[in-house]
Amino acid sequence: MDVLPYLVAGWVFLAGCYGLATSRNLIHAVGCLSVCQAGTYVLLLAVGYRDGGTAPVFSDLKPGTRPVVDPVVQALALTDVVVGATVTALLLALVVQVAKRHGTVDPDELGELRG
Amino acid sequence: MIAVALLLVAASATAAVATRDPARQALVLSVLGVVLAVLFTTLQAPDVGLSQLAVGAALTPLLLLLTVRKVRRRPRREEDPR
Amino acid sequence: MNRRMRLCLVALGGAGLAALFTAAFLRLPAFGGDRHPYGDRAVRAALHRHTANTIASVNFDLRAFDTLGETSILFASVLGCVVLLRQARDEHRARPEPADVAPPVRRYALLVLPVAVLTGLYVVAHGQLSPGGGFQGGVVTATALHLLYLGADYHALERVRPLGAYEAGDALAVSAYVVTGLAAVLAGTAFLANTLLPYGTFNTLSSGGTVPLLNAAVGMEVACAVVVLLARFLDQAVEIEEDSGK
Repeated sequence: MDVLPYLVAGWVFLAGCYGLATSRNLIHAVGCLSVCQAGTYVLLLAVGYRDGGTAPVFSDLKPGTRPVVDPVVQALALTDVVVGATVTALLLALVVQVAKRHGTVDPDELGELRG
Repeated sequence: MIAVALLLVAASATAAVATRDPARQALVLSVLGVVLAVLFTTLQAPDVGLSQLAVGAALTPLLLLLTVRKVRRRPRREEDPR
Repeated sequence: MNRRMRLCLVALGGAGLAALFTAAFLRLPAFGGDRHPYGDRAVRAALHRHTANTIASVNFDLRAFDTLGETSILFASVLGCVVLLRQARDEHRARPEPADVAPPVRRYALLVLPVAVLTGLYVVAHGQLSPGGGFQGGVVTATALHLLYLGADYHALERVRPLGAYEAGDALAVSAYVVTGLAAVLAGTAFLANTLLPYGTFNTLSSGGTVPLLNAAVGMEVACAVVVLLARFLDQAVEIEEDSGK
């Protein structure tokens, strides 16, 4: 249990990298990239977890009564979830353009086109 | 509880990578988004869970599906695009 | 480079990365440990500034400058999408036929729509008190608007969605963030320093100084950005077609 979360984070990241490298479709590759991103969130939140801690929100919790988990890593992950989605959208827009210009979304075929 | 959620995340991430058809991958990614939201909630990060639920389960798969539809419609326009 | 060689290279790099990861993970502080120096300091700072949701405080107060960077990335990628997905010269718009929607789906979608939009706005407004905030609430509001596409049809969605207004709103929200930061400079402190407004009563809507303002700006920006993005992708997927002479 001590290192399981970290190992899962590493596994998710590497699985995403593998999919990215072997992908035959650029849309699939973008999906794999978002899997990689998910790995980083798992790692960040795992680092910030504290046994028996609760969420660092004090609207219904008296400060100092219970330990809270680390809010800094949560803030990092939170902003990246949303910003990452728009970057995914940008990549997909590029894929649409590639499909328009070259008529294919297979990275191997694209390499052949260029010579 | 956390361990179960972690293993579910690992399994659905692997499934998402192994699904080669982008349209199906979008659906698996949305499952991954929900599982991640559950994991984040058990890790006491409701903020991140909320945004992961909105983004990972709805927005990203939707964008992927729209792209799939746009890209597929071009070479075979005579077929029904839906 | 052929496929097999590339696979070998990936396997090699992946194995190396996995080994390094495992070595690093074994030396990380154990999962669930009790030592979080930055977290403890952030909690203290948030309580000192009367912000109930520590995460909102970290995002919009302690790391406000960093969040400005994040919103700029968001803005830039939306701008990139709009440029990339514009209508090209050899394309034309084909009006899609309105499809028939099953009445239960329509009723349900129209019923849920206001609830979902309201939930999104609530999540934005209570960002500094309860879990939520500009980033999440913005996404919820924007995706909720697209229930209209499910419930009615594309034309109804286009009527409630003046795209230019959302694009302007996006830019306006980023500027509002910067202006809030500059106001602090004019008041004689650092850029984006949270010393301008009174901190207010703990656990009320107006607590936390500039946190609610920045939060609202980000909420507006994210909502507009997601609406614009989805609109562009829907346009591409549904309306814009290449001219058939090609």
